[in-house]
Amino acid sequence: MSQAPLLEIKHLTTKFSTEQGIVKAVDGVSLHIDPEETVGIVGESGCGKSVTAESILRLFDEKTTEYGGQILFEGRDLLQLSEEEMRKVRGNRISIIFQDPMSSLNPVYTIGDQIMEAIRLHQRASRRQAREKALELLRLTGISDPERRLRSYPHELSGGMRQRVMIALALSCEPRLLIADEPTTALDVTIQAQILELMNELKEKLRMGIMLITHDLSVVAQMCSRVIVMYLGEVVEEAEVTTLFDRPLHPYTSGLLKSVPQLDGRRKQKLYEISGAVPAMHEVEACCRFAPRCPFATELCRSKAPSLEEAEPGHRVRCWHYKDIQANGGGSDGSGLLVTA
Amino acid sequence: MTKYIVQRVLSLVPVLIVVAVVVFLLIHLSPGDPASVILGDEASEESVAELRSRLGLDLPLYRQFFVWFGGVVTGDLGDSIFMDMSVTEAFFSRLQPTLSLAVLAQTIAVGIALLLGIAAARRRGTLTDQAVMGFSLLGISVPSFLLGLFLILLFAVKLKWLPVAGYAPISSGLWNHLRYLILPAMVLGFMQAALIARMTRSSLIEALGEPYIKTARAKGLKPGVVTYKHALRNAFIPILTVIGETFGTLITGASVVESVFNVPGIGQLIISSIQRRDFAVIQGSILLITVTYVLLNLAIDLVYGLLDPRVKLNGGRGR
Repeated sequence: MSQAPLLEIKHLTTKFSTEQGIVKAVDGVSLHIDPEETVGIVGESGCGKSVTAESILRLFDEKTTEYGGQILFEGRDLLQLSEEEMRKVRGNRISIIFQDPMSSLNPVYTIGDQIMEAIRLHQRASRRQAREKALELLRLTGISDPERRLRSYPHELSGGMRQRVMIALALSCEPRLLIADEPTTALDVTIQAQILELMNELKEKLRMGIMLITHDLSVVAQMCSRVIVMYLGEVVEEAEVTTLFDRPLHPYTSGLLKSVPQLDGRRKQKLYEISGAVPAMHEVEACCRFAPRCPFATELCRSKAPSLEEAEPGHRVRCWHYKDIQANGGGSDGSGLLVTA
Repeated sequence: MTKYIVQRVLSLVPVLIVVAVVVFLLIHLSPGDPASVILGDEASEESVAELRSRLGLDLPLYRQFFVWFGGVVTGDLGDSIFMDMSVTEAFFSRLQPTLSLAVLAQTIAVGIALLLGIAAARRRGTLTDQAVMGFSLLGISVPSFLLGLFLILLFAVKLKWLPVAGYAPISSGLWNHLRYLILPAMVLGFMQAALIARMTRSSLIEALGEPYIKTARAKGLKPGVVTYKHALRNAFIPILTVIGETFGTLITGASVVESVFNVPGIGQLIISSIQRRDFAVIQGSILLITVTYVLLNLAIDLVYGLLDPRVKLNGGRGR
């Protein structure tokens, strides 16, 4: 923990100007990832986790997007870099894997062409060397018959194989940071386990940090050392994995943990559900954003927004009442939570 | 691949039979008698009747059809009633001006359209985009004869850079040949460019929104490479379809522009044959145009296969 973080995000805001007005998709997010650490980012759809990830690489159209805050990586603030300098970071120092391997590869070029393109963009390599490297990468991802895959088109591969290709592509320049945006959501459960296994293996081999975005808490438990929970563009809780699973402080986190189906649960037991839906981004007012859905919400929650507090070393939470809720045992077993239909 | 081509060419047969029947009926059931047109108003009843029987027009309709269709099957499209040549000769002598015009017009059209369409897609929502869409709307709405007359007035009458109308074959020198074709090709090209530019814009915008474009950007590629290498090739299939369709209309339907600029092409041949009730030429030309059209579409389908590896031309059902 003494070394400098690999990536440090400070008060990141990402605003899009849309036809309905300005949408703040990410609002003051701060987080860090240490070298060779895997950090999970969890939250429901629309909580801003993917936007945070893509903001790191500045993938949005900058004519309609406004970034605020700082994204420190290798001693530089990525938000201050010119577009040209930024291109040298993308795919080279920081890579990203997207959710849908079916549509994330260009259908009209071969796998080999697409991997070699990335290699030759950032490294001095002849076609032959790039091809060797691409082959090696495909072998690394454990794909069967890599020689042939090099000449295959994306539609000739299965979903799992395509995600392996995406990983090979992302790792082609040995990045320091790999962002994986729901890398297994679109895959079968068995393939999912293989891909996660592979990512863990490659992380060891290449000594990189991973930012793993997911809504699947079992994936987090399997992969990460630290978790960041996001809700409506904000970080609501951050903790070591074991701490978060044992002692969640934010009512939203406890809700998420309880909505995971348990194999040993009683048959007729109804699956817990957090009431209400995620409000649209532009409806957010000055209050605790989770208040409308929170069983513990009070007047205070509805009138003033809480800030992210350090509850114990390394465990931060954004809630007015986390101490009371925890004292009443509402945090872990949920007896204080009202289960609403 | 070969199997696919053979299948496609064979599928021409039923198409041609249907076209032959329809064209034949349409012409023979519409009023107007070539014999009386040839002989004029003054002609006596007997001489008209004599000419009719010489042309075979006194036979029952179905027998006329089989006489004609029998010829078609053996490759003989018959002879023109008015011109002293066979229908095939008449058609192919007029094909060259039409083809020259079509190729030149299409080159202009594709050039302008890709330039504008790509610019509009890359800067969508901006003034550039609106200007391109406005230009395109203009191209679709302005009647070709009007644009033709304007261009004649400006470039031929006022500036005297180019001839007013007419045609010179390639054998009279390339420049001489092109000089006559520039204005009509500009008219046709401008109009087709409007359609192709619209398709280029919308298709490219769609492709630019695909996830693989995000992957390409996340690799660190330059925006130009992302657009031209990754998006455009994916966007090109619908664009190519429109290019094919417009080329088809250029070959078959440029009759208005051919008339304005007095280019002796297929369009003019058909119009004048209709006026003169030259049945054989109308029927034959339309059949030949149909063949051209179907072969053109086949050529385009083959290019699809080159552009997109997912298109399988194996004769069976693809995905």
